[in-house]
Amino acid sequence: MTAPSTQRPATSDRRTLPIRELVLFGGLALVVLAVFATMGPAYSTRMLVEASCYAILALGLTIQWGYAGQFNAGIMGFVALGGFSATFFSIPVNHAFWASDLPGRLGWVLLAMVVVTAIVFGISRLDRIGVPKLLRTILAIVAGLIGYLVVISWLRSVTGDIESQVEFIGGLGLPVWLGWIVGGALAGGVGYFIGHICLGLRSDYLVIATLGIAEIIKAFLKNSDWLTRGTATISPLPWPVPDPGEVGFLTARALYLSVTVVMIAVIFFLLHRAYHAPWGRMIRAIRDNEVSAAAMGKSINRRRQEIFVFGCILMGIGGAVLTSFNGLFDPQGYLPLNHTFLVLVMVILGGPGNNLGTLFGAVLVYVIWIMSGPMALAVMHAIVALGSHWFDWQPGNLDSRALQARVFVIGLLILLVLRFAPRGLIPEKVAHHD
Amino acid sequence: MNELIYFFNYVVVAGSVTGCIYAIGAVGVTLIYSILRFAHFAHADMMTLGTLAVLLLTLAFPHAGDPLGLPTAIVMLPVAMAFTSLVAVGIDRAFYQPLRSHGVKPIVMVIASLGVTLMLQGLIRLFAGTGSQNLYVDARKEIFRIDVPGVTRPIILTEPQVILFVITIVAVVGLHLFLTRARLGKAMRAMSDNPDLARASGINTRLIITLTWVIAGSLATIAGTLLSLDVAFKPDLSFFLLLPIFAAAIVGGVGHPYGAIAGGFLVGFAETLAVFNWSVLLRPLRDSLPTWLELPNNLALVGTEYKIVVPFFILVAVLIWRPTGIFKGKVI
Repeated sequence: MTAPSTQRPATSDRRTLPIRELVLFGGLALVVLAVFATMGPAYSTRMLVEASCYAILALGLTIQWGYAGQFNAGIMGFVALGGFSATFFSIPVNHAFWASDLPGRLGWVLLAMVVVTAIVFGISRLDRIGVPKLLRTILAIVAGLIGYLVVISWLRSVTGDIESQVEFIGGLGLPVWLGWIVGGALAGGVGYFIGHICLGLRSDYLVIATLGIAEIIKAFLKNSDWLTRGTATISPLPWPVPDPGEVGFLTARALYLSVTVVMIAVIFFLLHRAYHAPWGRMIRAIRDNEVSAAAMGKSINRRRQEIFVFGCILMGIGGAVLTSFNGLFDPQGYLPLNHTFLVLVMVILGGPGNNLGTLFGAVLVYVIWIMSGPMALAVMHAIVALGSHWFDWQPGNLDSRALQARVFVIGLLILLVLRFAPRGLIPEKVAHHD
Repeated sequence: MNELIYFFNYVVVAGSVTGCIYAIGAVGVTLIYSILRFAHFAHADMMTLGTLAVLLLTLAFPHAGDPLGLPTAIVMLPVAMAFTSLVAVGIDRAFYQPLRSHGVKPIVMVIASLGVTLMLQGLIRLFAGTGSQNLYVDARKEIFRIDVPGVTRPIILTEPQVILFVITIVAVVGLHLFLTRARLGKAMRAMSDNPDLARASGINTRLIITLTWVIAGSLATIAGTLLSLDVAFKPDLSFFLLLPIFAAAIVGGVGHPYGAIAGGFLVGFAETLAVFNWSVLLRPLRDSLPTWLELPNNLALVGTEYKIVVPFFILVAVLIWRPTGIFKGKVI
């Protein structure tokens, strides 16, 4: 869908007024103003902050999917990692934990983990000194299994003690922006691991693997009570700007919005430069014609790896900013629908590969998404009224069912966009030179 | 001996049950892949949809199975299979067919199938809610206890498990006969080997595609229903079924139905073995162990809550060492 259209005439009107963009952004501004007028400034500012966090996520996906044609179905996992990092760095230190002997024991377990990994790695290299390969493989697997069992049983006992004695290990009490940066780095690291395995293969594998890693990250954060308090959730999370208690909701949110807007501006500028640089051209060449790019001597897998990791870093940062703003770290609150597929819709609707289009899509889709909650409930009530009138249908818990109606609509939207507007509302501009 | 029986009940039986379900699911995925060349992510939700159809039919006629002595859900299975096949063909005509004729990349088809996943999920939960429901509406599960001489603990099998094994064998043998003997089955294999050549030699590819969806829809219904009979109907399993099924298809070699069956059992047993608490088996040896080696209470490789790590680990291992799978899948 991102293939360059050869039938388009060479564009010589690059200097004319970008009418389509102006009209669309003008319409978007009107919509946002309408929300401000009806829902009040505090609510609308919150909506804008969240939309800007999603815009960072969408920019991450647009460089993966739009620039390079790699599809990431596990944005939720990277968002959750970023959120965890922001939480862990910013919440206050748990002095009870640091005063006990538990940090030392945890440290020993981590050390043991490193030692075991090193030993297994060493054994897996034994064939270099003449050990038969089969024997080496068996030895490595046995050693890995025993080491894993030993370490995991230690870890279980330590984490059990942490949970029973001090509840959880607490945070580091550091500035929150440090957590954002580390969140990006963590997400990038996981992205490197996944990309290293999958990027040389067909793109379907990347989808499966990212989908899987996202569920695993969520399961880990949800069940590691010693680290994240699991389902008990952590709140409140500090903000990098004065929080609502000091300066009031509207000012605090407006300050937060200014932070996110500056971040987006920086990211946007960097992406713009990268896209028009030789590096960006190379990425697009690989996307559009892998074989000829390889024939030109481009290192395809390495470039793919780079762009995938960059995208994941952006997702980690976006997730960290979003979680900090929500003020609540709840591993169960990360849902594939809200944090993966919503971002997907933003990107493919706005225009994959076009940063401006992605920003437009992010804000538009988020506004619709937020407004669709009450709307879905109203529609649901109407349907149920009809249903009970005709078939005596009496469903319970309407709220959760109304949420499911949104799931349906998002799915339908994906299919309709793919079918009727595969290049998005503001398509990527491919420069043609005659 | 008691420990061995325990092992049998909790690993051999449970592993075969999961293995059967993953195998039937993976066969569907792999067939779609070999004909249409894309990873169909909506498969797990087609399973749920088929099960929902069974559930609704069972609720409507709770005693239809009594004269045959079978659970009503099994009697209703063919009807639900027909329904799910129809839906699958309809989805293909409405959403996949137009994209195919535009000649989009396979990855776009994957995204479209994610869209279908969401639509199906939304619809299913809209009507069925999110809670779990039992498929045994008005009846009880029969439990067979087989006593082994000289041991106090019996081997335990439940009625749905027996039905599951029987239906899996029937489905696999039927599919094998269809693919090797029937004219259409041979045409399907020809198309999966070389679509252009198949079309040139007069095979009706449209019919084959429809047939593929019918088989996939039916198999998905079988897998979903049998899973729900054994446990319960859960509308939100989707993403948790998807990973093991795809891992199974890839382990077996994508586009390779027999490989998918083998892969399904491999993944199923790996999951069961990984969450099994091995210290139960070692307990009888406790007295003869040296004193410095104390047996921990929990020797499971991973906790049940991390079950999903196992298929992922298998997937990663296969992608690293042998991306074509055990049986040399074709593409990729």
